[in-house]
Amino acid sequence: MAESQIMTSTAPRPPRSKRPIHTRGAVPWTSVLVDALRKLSPREQMKNPVMFVVYVGSIVVTLLGLRALWQPAGHESVGFVFAIAAWLWFTVLFANAAEALAEGRGKAQADALRATRQRVMARVLDEPKPDSPSRMVASDALAVGDLVLVQAQELIPADGDILVGVASVDESAITGESAPVIREAGGDFSSVTGGTRVLSDWIIMRVTAKPGEAFLDRMISMVEGAKRGKTPNEVALTILLVALTLIFLLVTATLLPFSQFSVAVTGAGQPVSITVLIALLVCLIPTTIGALLSTVGIAGMSRMIKANVLATSGRAIEAAGDVDVLLLDKTGTITLGNREAAEFHPAPGIDVRTLAEAAVLASLADETPEGRSIVALAKKRFGLSERSLEGAEIIPFTAQTRMSGIDFADRKLRKGAASAIRAYVEQAGGTLAPAVQRTVDEVSRHGSTALAVADGAQVLGVVELKDIIKRGIKERFAELRAMGIKTVMITGDNPLTAAAIAAEAGVDDYLAEATPEDKLKLIRKYQAEGHLVAMTGDGTNDAPALAQADVAVAMNSGTQAAKEAANMVDLDSNPAKLIQVVEVGKQMIMTRGALTTFSVANDLAKYFAIIPAAFVATYPALGALNVMGLHSPDSAILSAVIFNALIIVALIPLALRGVKYRAEPAAQLLKRNLLIYSVGGLIAPFIGIKLIDMLITPFF
Amino acid sequence: MTIDILQFAIILVIMTGLVVVVGKWMAHLFTSPAHSFLERGTYRVLGIDPSEKMSWKRYGMVLVLSNAAMMLLGYVLLRVQQYLPGDALERASQTPDLAFNTAASFITNTNWQAYSGESSLSNFSQMAVITFLMCMSAATGVAAAGGFIRGMSRQNASDIGNYWVDFTRVLYRLLLPLSFFMALVYVWQGVPQTLHADAVVSTLQGIQQQIILGPVASFETIKHIGTNGGGFFGMNAAHPFENPTPLTNTLHILSMLLIPSALTYTFGSMIMRRRQGWAFFGAFVVMFVGFLALIYSAEHSGNPMLTPLGVDQTQTALQGGGNMEGKELRFGVAQSSMFAAVTTAATTGSVDSMHDSYTPLGGLVPLSQMMLNDVFGGDGVGLINLIAYAILTVFLVGMMIGRTPEFLGKKIEAREIKYVMLAILAHPFSILGFTALATLMPSTLQSLNNLGPHGFSEVLYAYTSGTANNGSAFAGLNANTPFFNTTIGLAMLIGRYFTLLPMLAVAGSLAAKKAVAESAGTLPTSTPLFTGLLVFVVLIVGGLTFIPALALGPIVEQFLMLAGKTFQ
Repeated sequence: MAESQIMTSTAPRPPRSKRPIHTRGAVPWTSVLVDALRKLSPREQMKNPVMFVVYVGSIVVTLLGLRALWQPAGHESVGFVFAIAAWLWFTVLFANAAEALAEGRGKAQADALRATRQRVMARVLDEPKPDSPSRMVASDALAVGDLVLVQAQELIPADGDILVGVASVDESAITGESAPVIREAGGDFSSVTGGTRVLSDWIIMRVTAKPGEAFLDRMISMVEGAKRGKTPNEVALTILLVALTLIFLLVTATLLPFSQFSVAVTGAGQPVSITVLIALLVCLIPTTIGALLSTVGIAGMSRMIKANVLATSGRAIEAAGDVDVLLLDKTGTITLGNREAAEFHPAPGIDVRTLAEAAVLASLADETPEGRSIVALAKKRFGLSERSLEGAEIIPFTAQTRMSGIDFADRKLRKGAASAIRAYVEQAGGTLAPAVQRTVDEVSRHGSTALAVADGAQVLGVVELKDIIKRGIKERFAELRAMGIKTVMITGDNPLTAAAIAAEAGVDDYLAEATPEDKLKLIRKYQAEGHLVAMTGDGTNDAPALAQADVAVAMNSGTQAAKEAANMVDLDSNPAKLIQVVEVGKQMIMTRGALTTFSVANDLAKYFAIIPAAFVATYPALGALNVMGLHSPDSAILSAVIFNALIIVALIPLALRGVKYRAEPAAQLLKRNLLIYSVGGLIAPFIGIKLIDMLITPFF
Repeated sequence: MTIDILQFAIILVIMTGLVVVVGKWMAHLFTSPAHSFLERGTYRVLGIDPSEKMSWKRYGMVLVLSNAAMMLLGYVLLRVQQYLPGDALERASQTPDLAFNTAASFITNTNWQAYSGESSLSNFSQMAVITFLMCMSAATGVAAAGGFIRGMSRQNASDIGNYWVDFTRVLYRLLLPLSFFMALVYVWQGVPQTLHADAVVSTLQGIQQQIILGPVASFETIKHIGTNGGGFFGMNAAHPFENPTPLTNTLHILSMLLIPSALTYTFGSMIMRRRQGWAFFGAFVVMFVGFLALIYSAEHSGNPMLTPLGVDQTQTALQGGGNMEGKELRFGVAQSSMFAAVTTAATTGSVDSMHDSYTPLGGLVPLSQMMLNDVFGGDGVGLINLIAYAILTVFLVGMMIGRTPEFLGKKIEAREIKYVMLAILAHPFSILGFTALATLMPSTLQSLNNLGPHGFSEVLYAYTSGTANNGSAFAGLNANTPFFNTTIGLAMLIGRYFTLLPMLAVAGSLAAKKAVAESAGTLPTSTPLFTGLLVFVVLIVGGLTFIPALALGPIVEQFLMLAGKTFQ
């Protein structure tokens, strides 16, 4: 056996997804431009109250500019008014473009999903029998409850449950996994998804979703953003932004009478102009976050899809960020799916080498990971090498015998579950020695599986198979703990085994011999304590627990009932994805927070740019507040407006990509992000406005 | 100067010591299950069911309706003053707009006085309207804080307590005993306490002079403990009968700070997070010390325009130095600055010096503190206002840790943000809105003593003082006109109830919520970092709102003063 195979058996399982469903998000800029212009309609603008204020401001300033063309009034140059108007329009367009870009990416992903949605003709049966009378119906005309026969090489026309038959199905269109999966009537593998293809055999399925309402259709409309309702946190943030906008509307609206009054009591100077007030208003209201808020939400959804997880709502992604208890299935998440040989326990009077040799021979034909690991262990311990199997007869594993082995001319080697081997040797006239039975019990007690090895009627000993903890998972759990997220291992193993594995993997808690009812009870208990719980599941009996959990990720391989109860579906059916789901949720909220803080912190510098410029005509002494040394009042105001527009463009990549995620306690995350986004938000505009002012000075 | 700073420090240290004592006592009175004999009697006489559990709506409604009834009583008494017997000086009734303004002013804990106490109010009015409403408005504020804190401390609860019980206990167990004790101290220090209207004496020049007297000591106690601030005399605490000695001046300062600062401890104690209370106390102190430093340094450096005229403004052993215009010699720059900073921080509004005569930067401090309205703040409402900003802070920065915002284990969602923003919006809406309205009125110019930016500051100050329920004034504005009386009266009502009621709604909403479990992933809100952030948000959101208005008032005035430009 090659060394490399020992390695592969302990290495983490490679990602199962071969082809993520998203397409690389290259959205043609022309379509972004067209969309940005299309979004200039008042109806689109009304949806975003903050940007609507900018929109109205742009219209008003444009009209002021036009009026100034006919009857030049005041001290303001027409060029200045139009320059402000132009940049206000740019501000609106940049916000539109950000949203269009995010939506464009979503659309590309939706198109990729929709490509799986072909219109096919379905053979609808009157009865669930293959020879029942049938008629052909277009897939988009199917109704819930229709019985459909799907044969080899045909596309499955809709989501449904298999009533009769078993078939291998190619689900690569959805999962990217090229290996076919077996779907059969009854049990946890009875659901089929529309758009996948039957490769062999046939099935009779009952349609469970109307065309257009199937699982995939719902996902597509979510991805496109068409039905993307605002999440609770987005609603709250929007209220906050509207309130801030109202405050600044009040501030700027009252400045007009204030400055007129000042002119009256001073007896000199000129009151502030409407153009300047609108410029001030637009600079002060939280346009940065206002423009990028929906982009952040759409981008969060996209990142989830990139991870091959489909969420049924933005709310679910948001909840993922809040989750603080993860219920993790042992198999596939914490341990590799396969067990691995760890020890040879010879029967009394048997040399351990003899046992190992026999075990190797009995496993040579066994291509399962368990079998390979026995060979690998023997090679490592005793340097046993392969032998020729010439003339030997291989006995494959069957469910009836629960043994596998090899027959040579002179020896009959068998390995299998202890009870099966006992039956085998007793049949051959031997017995299972009490010492061996004790070893078997001992091995099971500390969480391992015992395989007995027999040579004819003689039991040679026991091979101990251990659960293998995934590499790096312990560190991952430590990170999660540092972030305040509790991990709970869910397993069907007995409590002793579970405790041993839990301790080794470093989870905070475990639930042994877990039944679906136990899971449900555990979730309710945590929720009553104020925790938000996330879990994965695939079986029909998982559905109640999935429905109860705050974030429930169903495996795509699971039943329709599980998928219906969950609020996310992992197309890769990888339970370890749960951790990634939490990360994406956190990242989305973090990005929202960072942009909000940045936006609000920006205001200080804008005041220093605009206030002296606006009132210097009334009180020249206020020029002392021009700490940035900006060229002139007009250039100062224009610079602030340009900065305000450009900062939206500059932050689009951040909104799309998200703030860098780190597994850290909240206090540390807060410090780091504060330093970047609030201190940065205070300083950046001072530098930015000054630079823009230097650039535009030649035009004044 | 070292002495000055030392006395600031001593006062702040004594205040901090009192925080624990009074804070514990208030926590006890809000949470103890037993009613005293006197309270039970009161409930029986008034037909109150002390075991009623009130939702925030009911709590708020009872608060507003009982306040409305008392305001109406005050209004009626002021309107019929001249027909009531017993006033030897037969002082006239107030006009309708002035009586509205006065009644609104005292029921909202503002104590803006568009009248001069000694010349327009009888001793009966001083006691039955002014002192009575001063007690009631203070008790209302502290009771509201009790209900508010109780709401924050609960989970899955539908009520926030019983307003009548909170109100009665604050009155019987806190305000009346404190006032009684302090009145005796004031009498010992020489503050008059008599039902005689005046004393007629012969002066050195040989002429007869009438000296107004009255129940001043009892008035002074609740005036400061209740963060009221209305003066018995027009001169307020600059009058030697109201504030005869340095000790009374210090006691006034400590009285004003007593309840607002101690409520932070009460808060921490009732929500079972002592550190949270201290974090808020820290926020108060940080902002206050900053403003105190500003006002003191501005006043201490004096007026540069006097220097070329040969005026010596330096502080020496023989003179206080600094800008002494409008200040009592006996208090000097330090005690005056401290008093001005405290009276506008704790939104009391009593004055021992004339804020109108402060240097522009010195005058900026009272104005700014009232605009923020949560540097200690008035009895009860100061803490409530600060918590409104704390919730806003949690929402603004809290998301940066990757979770939807939560405060004290409760999720902050649309409903809470809506009410918090309503409370935060009401303040600038009233100040800027009414100031804008006043600047549009041609009559306003006639009410002004000063032109130039100072004239604008006077108008701005009037509405800021009214909205913040402070009551102090830039005296240059003649505010006893129907327009000012009505609009300032409205500003006081908006400033009081449109911040209090939404925040009671927040408490009610949070009380009904389930608490989220805390872990390392929770935003820490009781750290110095959070205190710093809170101050930052108060200054950025609360402060920046007023920057443009301040730029046209004290800020430009300061630059003009430095440039040597004056207005009439």
